[in-house]
Amino acid sequence: MRHNGRWRTAILAAGVLTLAACGGGADKGGGSGPGGLTVPKIDKLASLGAGEGSVNIVSWAGYVEDGTTDKAVDWVTPFEKETGCQVNNKVAATSDEMVTLMKTGEYDVVSASGDASLRLIYGGDVAPVNTSLLSSYQDVFDGLKNKVWNSVDGVAYGLPHGRGANVLMYRKDTVNPPPTSWAAVFDPNSPYKGKITAYDSPIYIADAALYLMKTKPDLGIKNPYALDDKQFEAAVSLLKEQNKAIGEYWSDYTKEVQAFKAGNSVLGTSWQVIVNLAQADKAPVDAVLPTEGATGWSDTWMISSKAKHPNCGYLWMNYIVSPKANAQVAEWFGEAPSNRLACEQTAAKDHCKTFHADDESYLDQVWYWTTPLARCVDGRTDVTCKDYAAWTQAWTTIKG
Amino acid sequence: MTSLGSYLHRHPRLRLAGLLSAPLLWLVVAYLGALAVLLVSAFWTVNGFTGGVVRRFSLQNFRTLLAEEVYRAVTLRSIGVAAAVTVLCVVLAVPMAFFMAKVASARARHALVIAILTPLWASYLVKAYAWRILLANGGPIDTLLGGPGHGPGYGLPATVIVLSYLWLPYMILPIYAGLERLPDSLLEASADLGARAGRTFRAVVLPMLVPSIFAGSIFTFSLSLGDYIAVQIVGGKTQLIGNLVYANIGAANNLPFAAAIATVPVVIMVIYLFAVRRSGALEEL
Repeated sequence: MRHNGRWRTAILAAGVLTLAACGGGADKGGGSGPGGLTVPKIDKLASLGAGEGSVNIVSWAGYVEDGTTDKAVDWVTPFEKETGCQVNNKVAATSDEMVTLMKTGEYDVVSASGDASLRLIYGGDVAPVNTSLLSSYQDVFDGLKNKVWNSVDGVAYGLPHGRGANVLMYRKDTVNPPPTSWAAVFDPNSPYKGKITAYDSPIYIADAALYLMKTKPDLGIKNPYALDDKQFEAAVSLLKEQNKAIGEYWSDYTKEVQAFKAGNSVLGTSWQVIVNLAQADKAPVDAVLPTEGATGWSDTWMISSKAKHPNCGYLWMNYIVSPKANAQVAEWFGEAPSNRLACEQTAAKDHCKTFHADDESYLDQVWYWTTPLARCVDGRTDVTCKDYAAWTQAWTTIKG
Repeated sequence: MTSLGSYLHRHPRLRLAGLLSAPLLWLVVAYLGALAVLLVSAFWTVNGFTGGVVRRFSLQNFRTLLAEEVYRAVTLRSIGVAAAVTVLCVVLAVPMAFFMAKVASARARHALVIAILTPLWASYLVKAYAWRILLANGGPIDTLLGGPGHGPGYGLPATVIVLSYLWLPYMILPIYAGLERLPDSLLEASADLGARAGRTFRAVVLPMLVPSIFAGSIFTFSLSLGDYIAVQIVGGKTQLIGNLVYANIGAANNLPFAAAIATVPVVIMVIYLFAVRRSGALEEL
């Protein structure tokens, strides 16, 4: 009997010790919240050396093509021949996957969207770039330089790659009159109820916030990615109302093309590339940039703070934003190039016009995806904003 | 070699240990270990911004899970879908399996078994996307039912239909196996005693089939409960438990909360297994 009791105590003690060790040890992410975040100090590359022979890339599908998808689509091989850097590419499906992959330290460069870039910067996963080592940087549109999603305090953390706006797509044969405002998708009593579509990501909350920014000025929204409690609540309840009229949410763009072609969806947010694909597929669709403006995406090539091949990384960033390669990617993916000289290199001469690459008045109305932070990204200091974790939880609630 | 062989022969326990250690290791480390990690990480949290996991015990995830109404609604919806899929599969599978086991000729029986197994060789995604096209506005099913908008469209009913289609073979096969073991003489005896077909089915066949049906339902129920792809493709705006897990891993990078949500179907399945254990279904698997 006494024996048993002692054993039990011993096991209990061991358990407690293990728990304590777990609790006290490997506590990497804890501590100060996003409110008191500072950017880890990381030095940028001082000078460019010889290539290391290879470069590991994390990218969006369609950004790094070596001819395996389509024989004619190949801008990796010329780069490898020119620099001797062998390209190893890893395609990521979401911004969050990109963040996770970059945390491993296995990769040198990443094509980060604005809803990933700040997390990478503040997480210390990417280094500032030395723009004087990147000759392509000078030809990048000024409207893309030193933005909140690719720089901190005037320090550039990457080379802008390309951008696009989330437009309002509609079927010309059913939606009459053609919509001019996002009000069309936020009306719970819309005549197109059940056939409205929306983008399936927490970042879509910004679309509602943008609409409220223009229609409910007393909420005081200055930036759709900086929402305090009251503003966030308003955006979420608007989306909950919208949910009643939604037919389906989309994140896979082929699904969206098919839904519009069949008529399951007739109205909703979309990308220019989807509009083009649907039109090529003979779907009677068109798209507008609504009067309120729109949210959008702007991707940036960033270099890892733990890059094992920094020189090849720089060579790649410089190459992929150079006029010819930038034009090829922009055309293949369907977005506006970031290099102003790329517009002359595209196979379709009106590509830059279609995607409004040099139309600053069009692009001025675009609010690019930015990671929402507790420290408001619009510069307010008297309130805390809802961070991305809160956005994600709310998105689940919205979909119900 | 011979000395080792005779040594093992003299020590049967050692022989058994050598034989079982590899699969046991796999079971304990890869299978139960993963479940244990899942359970432990459900009590951790995530730093909302950098995405780093905070390894400190907290009940916060479970508190959110219980407090937020949306998780209750999604759980109930998922159970509903799994139950509906299971019922639909039973309704379709019992006559099909009965025909295969008792009516069809030996040759036709083989052909039918192959026909039922063949869809399992095609990719899940291909089948789900094929259903997306079938169910599209003005697609084949709409046309069959009288024009665009007459079919079920995308949504909860479409999800139940597609999941039933996907998991039907897992219901047919155990029922078919159960019926094959049912002696024909019982059916003849029932007929000799004056029972019509319907009565024979209700009084003789069905009671003996219950364990097989429950065995099949374990597959259809658990597979439906965990599914998140079919519902993304044909479910319209519907979300099930699987979608919440996926969204928290993919979009939110909140592994601990995903783990907490993932414990919900585990608990439901444990309860379900305990419930069907009494029917003897586990012996049928």
